[in-house]
Amino acid sequence: MFDIDLWREIFQSINMNRTRSVLSGFTVAFAILLFTILFGISNGLLNTFAEGFVDDANNSIGIWPGTTSKASNGLQANRRIQFTNDEYDFLKDEFGDKIQFMTSRVLKNANASFRGEKNSYPFRAIHPDNFYIEQNKVQEGRYINQRDIANKTKVAVIGRLVEEDLFLKTKALGKYININGLQYKVVGIFNDEGGDDEERMIYIPLTTAQQVYGNNDFIDFIYLTYDPKMDSDAALVFGNTIKKKLKNRFSVAASDQRAIRIDNKAQGTKAVEMIKFAIGILVLVIGFGTLIAGIVGVSNIMIFIVKERTKEIGIRKALGAQPKSIVSIILIESILITIIAGFFGLFLGMGILDLATPVLEENFIKEPGVSTALVVGATITLITAGAIAGYLPAKKASRIKPIVALRDD
Amino acid sequence: MLTMLKINQLHKSYPIGDSSLHVLKGIDLSVESGEMVAIMGSSGSGKSTLLNIIGMLDEADSGDYILDDVPIRDLTEKKAAIYRNKFLGFIFQSFNLITYKNAVENVALPLYYQGLKRKERIEKALFHLGKVGLVDWAKHLPNELSGGQKQRVAIARALASNPKLLLADEPTGALDTKTSYEIMEFIQELNDEGKTILMVTHEEDIANMCKRIVRLKDGVIMEDTFVNQVRASQYV
Repeated sequence: MFDIDLWREIFQSINMNRTRSVLSGFTVAFAILLFTILFGISNGLLNTFAEGFVDDANNSIGIWPGTTSKASNGLQANRRIQFTNDEYDFLKDEFGDKIQFMTSRVLKNANASFRGEKNSYPFRAIHPDNFYIEQNKVQEGRYINQRDIANKTKVAVIGRLVEEDLFLKTKALGKYININGLQYKVVGIFNDEGGDDEERMIYIPLTTAQQVYGNNDFIDFIYLTYDPKMDSDAALVFGNTIKKKLKNRFSVAASDQRAIRIDNKAQGTKAVEMIKFAIGILVLVIGFGTLIAGIVGVSNIMIFIVKERTKEIGIRKALGAQPKSIVSIILIESILITIIAGFFGLFLGMGILDLATPVLEENFIKEPGVSTALVVGATITLITAGAIAGYLPAKKASRIKPIVALRDD
Repeated sequence: MLTMLKINQLHKSYPIGDSSLHVLKGIDLSVESGEMVAIMGSSGSGKSTLLNIIGMLDEADSGDYILDDVPIRDLTEKKAAIYRNKFLGFIFQSFNLITYKNAVENVALPLYYQGLKRKERIEKALFHLGKVGLVDWAKHLPNELSGGQKQRVAIARALASNPKLLLADEPTGALDTKTSYEIMEFIQELNDEGKTILMVTHEEDIANMCKRIVRLKDGVIMEDTFVNQVRASQYV
């Protein structure tokens, strides 16, 4: 029930005791202010980490051969290992259920030209799955597909910046690009959030490259993503299993670290997960800390208010105030102060974060900020907790014997 | 005459450390409607304790207390608050005005607790301020008023809820002689109009302005006499 007289009493009390109200609100405002700023900065840190791994799928494993460093099974050291389509098929047969996407790669350098424009780009021959692993986005046309692989078509998918470099004012799509002396039809243009290097890249079908460059079935690199349901520990084990199987396949000594190379993103993922976890704990500690500080602050306010108003409470009781009315007048006043101060701290904190964003972004803190829902939630929690914490002093105040209160000078 | 209050074998003691101090040792007192009674005694005689129990600000350990035919016992906080608001008006030595409320708001406060509408409250409060001659000071805060004015505001406040019994605890204790007599003159006028008044004082001249003096010593009534009321107006 809305009792206008009760609110009038409360606003009068706040208004006539401004110093007290401001001082008591300060603790709460400060707690929320700190909470907002610290939370925002840690959010920014998390964003920085997330940003750092945006290039490729973060559940990927890259595998490539090297040279043996140890003699094994009667074979000499310094033997060069060469992957072929057999290794691709082997991995597919052996680990098909754990592999999400997989592509072989033949890596070359392309001297590409269109009309008068020339430039040199990395040049990858791939399977269609490369699309998902690299997290490319097709901007125009299409990507390399299974038919290209089957028919060994001479088509190319070029990065956005390749088009910009070579095609100047015309559209690349449908035109023929000269790569190392051969004409490839441009069937698609892609972009990639991984940066400029990723967009200065040319892709052609794997089988086309194998035919053009040596008419063999060699591959330089196998890139795959594992089942995303695997956690980083399981993924690390998976990577090691692949490595072990391939070592066996090429009769490489188990302790040989050079013959089969593997780059497992799970390693980075695990590190990021741990950092995220640590930041999460930090945020939790900060959150709880400031919240508890705020609650203690509110409790203090309440005890202070009750202490200061003991005599007034006595007078009111002598004049016929019931305990209920004493509790509500004190509780509502402090909750009101908490709300105003809480939101003041909140908006001040958000303002400061906003102003500080340019400086913070220079220092690797990306998009610091807090979700409104979270901070409003924190403020409401604080108010609720404060009300609960404040209820006891208010209740105690309502039990003060008027005679005791009136004696209080 | 109607009996305003009746007290039978009232006992009260306060714990002091391990022992207890027996303050009231069986008080019997009966006050008729329209009386003006002074309760006197040296400090520690129990006079303030008696007034507090009558005012339901404190509770007796044993004994009966009947106020306007209502037995006052087993008081919950809520019940005490309702009785105080309905039956009693308080006048204190230190005025006990709420410092951040102006005169009219102070006077209106008991009416707020009676649940009256704001307009009605202010109207009534102004009427009572008029009775104590302070209408022009209605918007002033207590610290802008003199001691005598403060006590008059307090009296207006005590009257606002139209109580059956007016309780005054050393009402002139904080005032100079001249102002004290002005206040007493006013209280006498209230009594003339039929209000029952009970006041604690230790000043003989003030007590003699009442119609009856009850003297307490060591928690018992030593003397209970009706006196010839000295009119305060002759000194003003």
